[in-house]
Formats: sequence, C-alpha cells, structure tokens
Amino acid sequence: MSDASALAGGGLTPLRASKDSAPSSRRGDRVFRGLSSAAGISLLVIIGGIGIFLVAQAIPALRQDSTSFLTTKDFLPEADVPVFGVAALAFGTIVSSFLALVMAVPVALGVALFITQVAPSRIASVLGGLVDLLAAVPSVVYGLWGVAYLNAKIVPVSSALHSVLGWIPLFGDTGGRYGRSLFLASVVLAIMILPIVAALSREIFLQVPAGNREAAYALGATRWEMIRTAVLPFSRPGVTAAVMLGLGRALGETIAVALVLLSNFEISAKVLGPGGNTIAANIATKFGEYGPTGRGALIASGLVLFVITFAVNLAARGVIYRSARRAGVAA
Amino acid sequence: MLATAGALALSGCGSDSQGSTTTAASAGASTAASSGASSSSTACATGDLKGAGSTFQKNIVAQWIKDFGTACSGANVDYQGVGSGAGIKQFGSNTVDFAGSDSVMKPDEQAAADKRCGAPAIHLPITAGGIAIAYKLSGVTDLQLSPKTLAGIFQGTVKKWDDAAVKADNPSAKLPSTSITAVHRSDSSGTTNVFSKYLSATATTDWKLGEGKELKWPASVQGAAKSDGVAAAVSGSDGAITYVEASFATSTGLGVAKIKNGAGEYTALSADTVSKALEGASVPDTGNDLKVKYDFANTTAGAYPITAISYEIVCSKGTDAGKLALLKAFLTYDVTTGQGAASGLGFAPLPQGIATKVGTAIAALS
Repeated sequence: MSDASALAGGGLTPLRASKDSAPSSRRGDRVFRGLSSAAGISLLVIIGGIGIFLVAQAIPALRQDSTSFLTTKDFLPEADVPVFGVAALAFGTIVSSFLALVMAVPVALGVALFITQVAPSRIASVLGGLVDLLAAVPSVVYGLWGVAYLNAKIVPVSSALHSVLGWIPLFGDTGGRYGRSLFLASVVLAIMILPIVAALSREIFLQVPAGNREAAYALGATRWEMIRTAVLPFSRPGVTAAVMLGLGRALGETIAVALVLLSNFEISAKVLGPGGNTIAANIATKFGEYGPTGRGALIASGLVLFVITFAVNLAARGVIYRSARRAGVAA
Repeated sequence: MLATAGALALSGCGSDSQGSTTTAASAGASTAASSGASSSSTACATGDLKGAGSTFQKNIVAQWIKDFGTACSGANVDYQGVGSGAGIKQFGSNTVDFAGSDSVMKPDEQAAADKRCGAPAIHLPITAGGIAIAYKLSGVTDLQLSPKTLAGIFQGTVKKWDDAAVKADNPSAKLPSTSITAVHRSDSSGTTNVFSKYLSATATTDWKLGEGKELKWPASVQGAAKSDGVAAAVSGSDGAITYVEASFATSTGLGVAKIKNGAGEYTALSADTVSKALEGASVPDTGNDLKVKYDFANTTAGAYPITAISYEIVCSKGTDAGKLALLKAFLTYDVTTGQGAASGLGFAPLPQGIATKVGTAIAALS
C-alpha cells in the first residue's frame, strides 16, 4: 500500500510542511537532502533508461517492418516478409481500459464514500480491510476466475445487452457469439482496479479536514450536500490521481487479459463477441517463442504502451493541476 | 540441481577429470559407463543433462526422464517445455544440452546451433503424434471432417455447424445451427505450423492462409495462448473447435473429430492410425541429420493424416565431454525401450526403420 501513502501525500498538498522552515546547515539535513535528491534523480535515470532501452531495441525491428507500424493491424514479425503494427493492439488496450474505468470508478467512489462518510466506524474498518485485501489479490487469480467462472455468466448478460441496446455500435451484432470478449476483459479489469481506486480514494476522503465538513453541516447541509460541497471538491486532485493509478494498472495488465480474451487483430467497436487484443497481453503470449525481429516488434509495441501511459499520466497531471486551482488549493 | 551435483562430487566419483569447468553441474558429473546399470537392458550414465523446447513432446519426455531415472540412479535429466523456438534459441546459446523441436531448424537457427557445437547440429526424430481436431458441440459425438471443410472452418467461411459442407461430411448426424467458434494458437506454435502444412497439402485450392508458426487469420477466427489455452477455450464454449495435441484434447474431455485421409476414409486419431500414417515417412539415406519426409496427402489406408514428428536437436560433435555418455544413454533409451511408453500417452512409436537410423546416429555422436 505504498501507493496509498504516496498518493495521500500528493493529495494533501495543503498539509505539507513548509520546505524552508528548518535551518539547512545541520549535518542531518545535508545527508537527508543528498539522499532524497539521489532518490529523485535515480527515478529520472530509470525512466530515461527504460525509454532508451525500448527505443534501441525497437529500431532494428521497425526497420524490417514492411508496413507502417502505427497503422497496421496484423502482427506477424516472424514471417518471411515481416508485417506488424500496433493499431489493433493499441485500440484494444485503450477500449478495454476505458470501459473498465467507466464501470469501476463510480462503484469505487461509492465504496470509498460509504466507508468514510456513511458507515458506522466498526463496519467501515472491516470493509476497509476487505478492500485492501482485494487490492492485494494477484491478477492471475482474477484472470483464471474470469475464464473459469465469470465468462459463463457474462454470455447471457452480453446477449441481453445486445438485444436491448443493439443499436449502440458498442453492443452490435457479433454473429450470435458472446463471451471471451473485450467486454469480459473490461469487467475483469474493472474488478481488478476497483479495490485500488476505492482504497486510495478512501485514504483521500479521510483527509478532508473535519472543520470543512462541520462547517457544511453548520450551514444546514444534508449529508449528500456536505459530501458534494466539502468532501468532493477537496478530494478531486487525489481522486483523479487514484483513478489514473487504476487506469495505469488496466493499461498494463497482462496475464488476466491474456487468459480471458480470445484474441484477434481487428479494430471493431463490437465488444461483446470474442476478439480484440491488448499490447501487454500480446507481449506475454508471444515473447517466449519469438526471435530477434519478433522480440524487437514486441518491444516496439511496449514503447507505444509506454507512450500511452505517459500521455495519460501527463493529462491527469494537467487535470489535477487545473482542478486544484479551481478548488482554491495551492498546488 | 546444485545439491545433487555436490552430492555426486562427495560420493567420490574419481573420474571428474575432464577439465570441463563450464558449469558447476558438469564439474561434478562423471561418465561412469554402463557398469552402474541397475536394469539389464538400459545403458546408464550419470551426471546432469538439460533439455528444453517443444511442449508437444513434453509429456513423453517427462515419462522417459522418470523411467530412465529409475533404471539409472545418478542420472539427472531435466526438460523444460518452453516451446520449440525458445528451446532452439537456448540450444544455440549453449544453456541446454539438447533441444526439442516440432519442426526442423530455420537456416539462421541452424547457423547458431552449428556455431555452438563447432560442428553440424543434427535432428533426431524421437517421437510422433497426431494433432487432434478437438471440438465441443452438444448432441454431436461422432464428428467427421474433410480437409476442405476444415479449411473452410478455420478460414471463417463455414460459420454454422449445419453448413452444407459439414453436413456433407456427416450425412447421418443431426447437426445444430450453433455458430462455429474456431480457435487457433495465438502464440508462435509448431502445432500451427504442422496444421497449416497439412491443410496446404490436402486442401490445396481452399486453404489460402499459407504455412507457418503464425498465420494471418481472419477476424472471425480467434486465438488463445498455448495448448492448454486453446483446449480450455473450446471446453468453455459450445460450438467451438481447435487443433491441439491429442493429450490436451483427451484430458479436457473434448470430442475428437475423425479426419478424412488420402484414401478417402474418415479416420479416428490413435497410436495405430498415426503409426499407419508414418509407414510412408522416410529419412535421407546418407548422414545422421535425420529430417523426416512425411507426405500429409499420403493415401495409406487407415492412416490419420495430421501427424507430426518431434525431434531432439543435438550436436553431432562437440557435446561437453562430461555429458556425452549421459546424452547418448538417455537418447538411446528414448528411441528403444522408451518408445513403448508412446501409445499410453497419446503418442505413436517411431517406425522401426526410422528408429534404427536414429540409434545409429546416436551411437555416432562424439
């Protein structure tokens, strides 16, 4: 749960101690400064190193690609004439993660609000423990459960979704075949990220100063009005960061998706039938058997995932910064 | 592994003087001759031997390791089913002593393997088995398929189980109108290679996806990872069909289709029908690099046509001196006594002619 504490710190900007208040001449401070700077710089070095490694490994393979890497759907780097691209993989990665967020975030926030604002303290502590427990379940367990149990339950749900909401392209006709789909993958991902988002959001909601809440009550707010006017605005940056961490896990999830999906390399908005693939799952499936070109191609796709994750995090930073300013919190 | 090597060294084998210090294991290995044999028919040697590769042959190799280990105490053989391509790679980079592969090496793989050995690396056929067409379709227990229909199913052109093509192969069966879910291997796979070669040879005009470990499958045909993945995908979905090693089909309780062979008969997969198919297989008369020639379109009566030969890849010369005796003893056991284990595990014994040539090639290893 180091994520939680780091994030709570991030969401807690108003409580952060003033940096320059202690005299900086003491030896302990100099040591601390040196160590913490080294830690900060090492992070930059690691990220830079990963980026350089990915680029260096990807370039030789990309040179052998007979088509455009970014727009090609097929992934056959070991063929006599290598044809591979990341288009279908990136599409599946983004769609499954986005659907997972849509399903998981409202529930996760509801859980966190219930634990922090509604439930009696004894129930809240039990529930909070359960959420932490769920967050610690390894993803392969979710994947196996998705294949062995959830898939059979998803098939009738998918069929019903199609017959009622079939006019939405997302739930379009898949030839009467349901399950082992991007939809199932999204549900599994949603269940996986739900405890993370809920656990982090709970920590953030707990940091709302009692004064803010009591002030809202004093002004005659009901519980919901108090949550809307005091808790949510204060927590927005932290909750956004929690959602982004959840999205990060969904984007990078490997084995659970590889287990539940019957994959193909198509770009299709119809998510109820088998098909689709994600960057991480494709890497996990194929890495072992591939030679140098194939591995280079997989690493190039990993580079694309790296860029997607980076862009998403950057966008989230922007959102946090702006919403923090709007909420009147000094960033 | 280290503990075993240490124990061997402690037990006072006086012959660890090969001067080989490549690994801790080989330093402690000794090349005791067959004097230590506890079974009269098995030539034994001691030490550690590592192999990796094909998952196709994994089950039978595991059985051989167990039986050989029982007959020869002090022999320590390890085989990891990491996939043919990965096994060949490990062999080329000298981390294993032999590799298992379902297909012969590509030129660049052969070059890397030759370089590692300092002499040609050779292919030794070690076992054979049929690739099952496994399906799950409620109400249908005796499915029959021709190569042409198979090609249609795996290219997404035959979409329903009551399609005219399926009906033509199964005149007496009552076929439901369930959609067909064809599942292929999503990882690079020797099984896909064999299956696609079979369809290329037998459904010449209908099969348009070519041959290889990976194919450009149409969108309506989806992939699952590894043999257990495709078997699980089929067992979890009514109307699904895949190609998979026979043992995975039987262990998950799936139906196995009868396949129309070159003689026009629908043949079930069994050790006998695979052996029949191999009657026409041949290996070159010269040299010890035994790449089997098998005609998928053979017209032998009673043959199951989708048959694969699995190889061990070894150095013709240049195997670590500390391991050579054990390598020869283990492979000799596999190709003689070990062949008896085949049919019980869903494999077929090699034809006698090929087995004899493999025996000769093993004896010539140095």
